[in-house]
Amino acid sequence: MAKGRWNRWRDAIVAVTTWTAAILVAVVFVWLLADIVIGGIAKLSWTFLTEAPRDAGRAGGIAPILVSTALILAVCMVASVPLSLATAILLAEFTPADGIFGRVVRRSLDVLAGVPSIVFGLFGYAFFCNTLGLGFSILSGGLTLACMVLPLLIRTTEEGMRSLSDDYRRAAAALGMTRTTTIFKVLLPAALPSLIVGLILSIGRASAETAALIFTSGYVDRMPSSLWDSGRAITVHILDLAINVPGGTENAYATALVLVMALLIINSVASWLGQRWLRRSIVR
Amino acid sequence: MSLSLRDRILVWSLRGAALVAGAIVALIVVFLFIGSFPVMRDAGLGSFFLDEAWRPTEQLYNLTPMLWGSILVTIGAVSLATPLAVLSALFCHFYAPAALARIYRRLIELLAGIPSVVYGLWGLMVLAPMIGLISAPGTSLLAGILILSIMILPTIAMLADAAISNVPRSFMYGCAALGFSRWTTIRRIVLPTARSGLLTGVIMGTGRAIGETMAVLMVCGNAVRTPGSIFDSVRTLTANIALEMAYATDNHRASLFVSGLILTAIIFGLVMLAEVLSRGRIYG
Repeated sequence: MAKGRWNRWRDAIVAVTTWTAAILVAVVFVWLLADIVIGGIAKLSWTFLTEAPRDAGRAGGIAPILVSTALILAVCMVASVPLSLATAILLAEFTPADGIFGRVVRRSLDVLAGVPSIVFGLFGYAFFCNTLGLGFSILSGGLTLACMVLPLLIRTTEEGMRSLSDDYRRAAAALGMTRTTTIFKVLLPAALPSLIVGLILSIGRASAETAALIFTSGYVDRMPSSLWDSGRAITVHILDLAINVPGGTENAYATALVLVMALLIINSVASWLGQRWLRRSIVR
Repeated sequence: MSLSLRDRILVWSLRGAALVAGAIVALIVVFLFIGSFPVMRDAGLGSFFLDEAWRPTEQLYNLTPMLWGSILVTIGAVSLATPLAVLSALFCHFYAPAALARIYRRLIELLAGIPSVVYGLWGLMVLAPMIGLISAPGTSLLAGILILSIMILPTIAMLADAAISNVPRSFMYGCAALGFSRWTTIRRIVLPTARSGLLTGVIMGTGRAIGETMAVLMVCGNAVRTPGSIFDSVRTLTANIALEMAYATDNHRASLFVSGLILTAIIFGLVMLAEVLSRGRIYG
């Protein structure tokens, strides 16, 4: 009987510990979010989004930074989407799971997923900026990010295609479709939801990145006039205001608020779409 | 089934794309080697561990203080985040009502999506001053550990959550039938069954902590010195690259590429370890 009572006590202690840990994590999250909102809300306005920064970013807005960020993301997606789509199709449709080629590609993508972002920065600097002669430019930054999001994009696309029922493939084969037609007319349209979710997640990952961009797209905070111009990404702007610009804290907070809100929206949309579409496609 | 000509063209172009995607890791390693070659030739590998100090302008390249910085910050963060993350995952499965568990999982996902520079900003403005009340100036090893543990918590928690989900329901029914207490069920059945998934989570978290740059750069103080206490300022390998790359030249720059090489080697080791443990899927 004494043992039973001890067991009940122990269960209660563990329950309290677990709840405490969970509450602690939630409190830290709310604290962080509240701090960013409170610190940034006062400065946030329409003009903040549409003005150029003045006085090293202490005053003015972040318009050129937003444009540069959007351009970097665009370059990143244009480069990474076709490449990852092709790789994922190959891995999902044409490569036996235990084949040597598929294994090597997968293994190297696993390592790529773990490479620290600052190392991507070094690589981007050495390869895109110097070897390819792109210099500090939006193009270099976007291409560096493309290498970085590749594993995530390939992974989500491949899983999306693998989760499709084999009925699609058999029906297409029975109709005498070539594999090419099957892929482009049947499988890809059917896998579109998971492709879009993967795309949104990758945009979120790419726009949160800083370290890979400092030495590739650079620090220049003017409005870029072409892809060969240096452009400051929004994360780099926050970093610069926080540690290099005395008196830049307020604008750093306001910029961080813009970024966090954008990311919360991006990630929520991805997870909402994921739940809505992917569940349906499994049932289907 | 034999492939038509069009299909064969498609497969070969897909293989080309996959080759490019798979070759990026190799390209990164090659460029890191090329970048670090000058200093390897002039100073040799030993000087990175045996030189008197890190004074790259005077040809002294001792990286050990930074290596210690990276190792200490990582060990601290992992040992703090792991219990909290596992408790969070247990909370979702065994303690929280279904609705709360769903909200909590979303919260963890959102936490994972917050950019490191925003964590850094919060750490710099909120956490470091609080630590500074105990021991000035506050930007310290401790601040780095705390920030990093918040950052890697979602990674470990999500993988732990997935690992616990994979424990067969029948095991739980068996425990209930035997009249096990909840804690006994968790400790004797759930955690051992989910062990490899949990370990994978910890390894992925470790990889993230080692590679993290911006947040640690912002909160750690960055003095080149092996820390004596948790209130001392430290500089990690990643922060060192980010701080000095902008003005480094020649052998100094090459020694930063050596840091990149060391980081990549560590990550490679961790990925292999995870692969052995989980035999397959590792990032999720």
